[in-house]
Amino acid sequence: MSVGDEPLLRVRGLGKHFPVRSGPRGRGLVRAVDGLDFDVRAGETLGLVGESGCGKTTTGRMLVRLLEPTAGSIEFAGRDITHAGRRELRPLRQDLQIIFQDPYASLNPRHTVGRIIAMPLLVNGIDPPGGVKARVRELLELVGLNPEHYNRYPHEFSGGQRQRIGIARALALRPKLIVADEPVSALDVSIQAQVVNLLRDLQRDLGLAFVFIAHDLAVVRHFCQRVAVMYLGRIVEIGDRDDIYERPQHPYTRALLSAVPDVTTLGPAGRIRLAGDVPTPLNPPSGCRFRTRCWKARDICAAEEPPLVPRDGGNQATACHFPESGPAGAGSGPAGAAPAAAGTGASVEEVSR
Amino acid sequence: MSMSPVEGVALAEVESGGDADAPKEEKGFVGRSPGQLAWLRLRGDRTAMVSGALLVFFVLVALSAPLIELLYGIGPSDQFQHKLDRFGMPLGYAGGVSGDHFFGLEPGLGRDIFIRLVYGLRTSLLIAFAAAVITAVLGIALGALAGYLGGWLDAVINWVTDLVLAMPFLIIALALTPTLTLRFYGERDAVSPAFGVGVLIAVFAIFGWTSTARLVRGQVIALREREFVEAAKASGAGLGHMLFRQLLPNIWAPILVSFSLAVPQFITSEAALSFIGVGLTEETPSFGRMIYQSLVYLQTDPAFVFFPGVAIFALVFAFNLFGDALRDALDPKSSR
Repeated sequence: MSVGDEPLLRVRGLGKHFPVRSGPRGRGLVRAVDGLDFDVRAGETLGLVGESGCGKTTTGRMLVRLLEPTAGSIEFAGRDITHAGRRELRPLRQDLQIIFQDPYASLNPRHTVGRIIAMPLLVNGIDPPGGVKARVRELLELVGLNPEHYNRYPHEFSGGQRQRIGIARALALRPKLIVADEPVSALDVSIQAQVVNLLRDLQRDLGLAFVFIAHDLAVVRHFCQRVAVMYLGRIVEIGDRDDIYERPQHPYTRALLSAVPDVTTLGPAGRIRLAGDVPTPLNPPSGCRFRTRCWKARDICAAEEPPLVPRDGGNQATACHFPESGPAGAGSGPAGAAPAAAGTGASVEEVSR
Repeated sequence: MSMSPVEGVALAEVESGGDADAPKEEKGFVGRSPGQLAWLRLRGDRTAMVSGALLVFFVLVALSAPLIELLYGIGPSDQFQHKLDRFGMPLGYAGGVSGDHFFGLEPGLGRDIFIRLVYGLRTSLLIAFAAAVITAVLGIALGALAGYLGGWLDAVINWVTDLVLAMPFLIIALALTPTLTLRFYGERDAVSPAFGVGVLIAVFAIFGWTSTARLVRGQVIALREREFVEAAKASGAGLGHMLFRQLLPNIWAPILVSFSLAVPQFITSEAALSFIGVGLTEETPSFGRMIYQSLVYLQTDPAFVFFPGVAIFALVFAFNLFGDALRDALDPKSSR
């Protein structure tokens, strides 16, 4: 993590609003992603975590321009690619690739593995030294598959092997940044470990930068150097892995961390159980988006939106008026702080042990 | 926090690498494509094989019609008036079946039924295949573009589809064919047989593409959001690659099935149109026309109805059976 370098990927105020029609003449906007700021440096892995529907996948798809952002800017290697057309993107496609979540849907069932992996090369008219076939074999070997299997079809492989094929396809163009959209969530736990370790080895050996989208906090902790926590289309906290996991400042991060199922122990604070559901992105709460479920929410949280700012001079930035301090699991869960905003009644504590 | 999923790492690479390919796969394992698997399933289906063999036989007969004429020694327009009695009925049993005339003679004109059936098969298959190919090409092009690009193009194509579907086929065919013929030929001119065939194909093509277009559009919309399509998009693939490499190979199965079921439909439609006297000229041999002519003789010469009737029945039946078998082979999950 070389601080101060020009970031490979710079995202500012990125937003995606989907228009929806509700009722006869009502027109709403789903703010799936609403103002994201983050940087990814070369060779760095950024984990994007959050619960379902918080906009992680939408963000990932915008980064590789499968979705058109409605606000903000994406800069890649110093060039603004927010609204670049297909032709302008072509040289950048080689540097920016994506790995998909579902290995059963992400491979064309009618193509052989060789054709699938060679597709990015063919589409971009690249003839690698030694020929496409040699490159495909090399890639298959790189991801731990038998290079002799290049003329097999996807249905002849298991889920983990298919995901490796997807990884090989993403690597075909020698990218600098890979957006991995929940690359292991569809896999069996033992296979998850293999694939994550493969990704980590590749990241080290090839110096890849990753935007790693996941909801599994353990996998993110294993894989990512930096972590951004998203809630309802916003980043609520971003920082180095250890800071996020050891000293989370945002109440939501704490709740999220405490929700990780653990067969061994619970921290002294027990499990923080958030009440209610995530509010609708059609009409997000004013001020801090988390306030409706936060046990620390006060009037200012409804009035003012907390900016994502670093505190105590570190790399960790939190969007909260009342950031937590101290290590995770230490007493300042909802049990410690009296439910100040009792009026909202949105947060309930539960120490489950 | 449990790290078990990832910390318990480095399990043996059970799945990757050289699994069972040590002994028997030394000469190189070639994966079986979904198409090859479907072919194997089709091979194992007896109905498919029998109906397929029958279809191949019909197509061969149609293709080699001039050769058969040469061997048989009788042309489709040759008349054998001297083998009819004075009422115009063929002499002999079962409509004049004999060693010279396998299926007997037509009452009235005294043409040979066998060779007319052979040429009628040719007409029917030509019209049906040409119409099916044109409708398939039109339907695939319009459906794929509408489904993939969406937006206003989709709206326009859908609108045109609805418009075509709303037009009554029979009435338009009845109205269009004579009008078209009159535009190109005078009231008393002899209409060339090829023109009649062309008009029929055109009429079928105009009305037939809608179902394929809808089918393809639906399939493309379903596939469009699949991740392998997005992967190609993320690699910078253009429209041509998306349609022809990524999408169409995945929807060949339903297209093939609809094609194989469209052909018999066009055969019967051609027969129906010929039956009501639209389209083909008198001297063009065709199943529909023969059945139409034979109905007058239903009581006096039933053999004349029998042979064309059986021929068209066998042809359409074989096509339908084969289409169904094809559907089962391509999509084994669909309920029978």
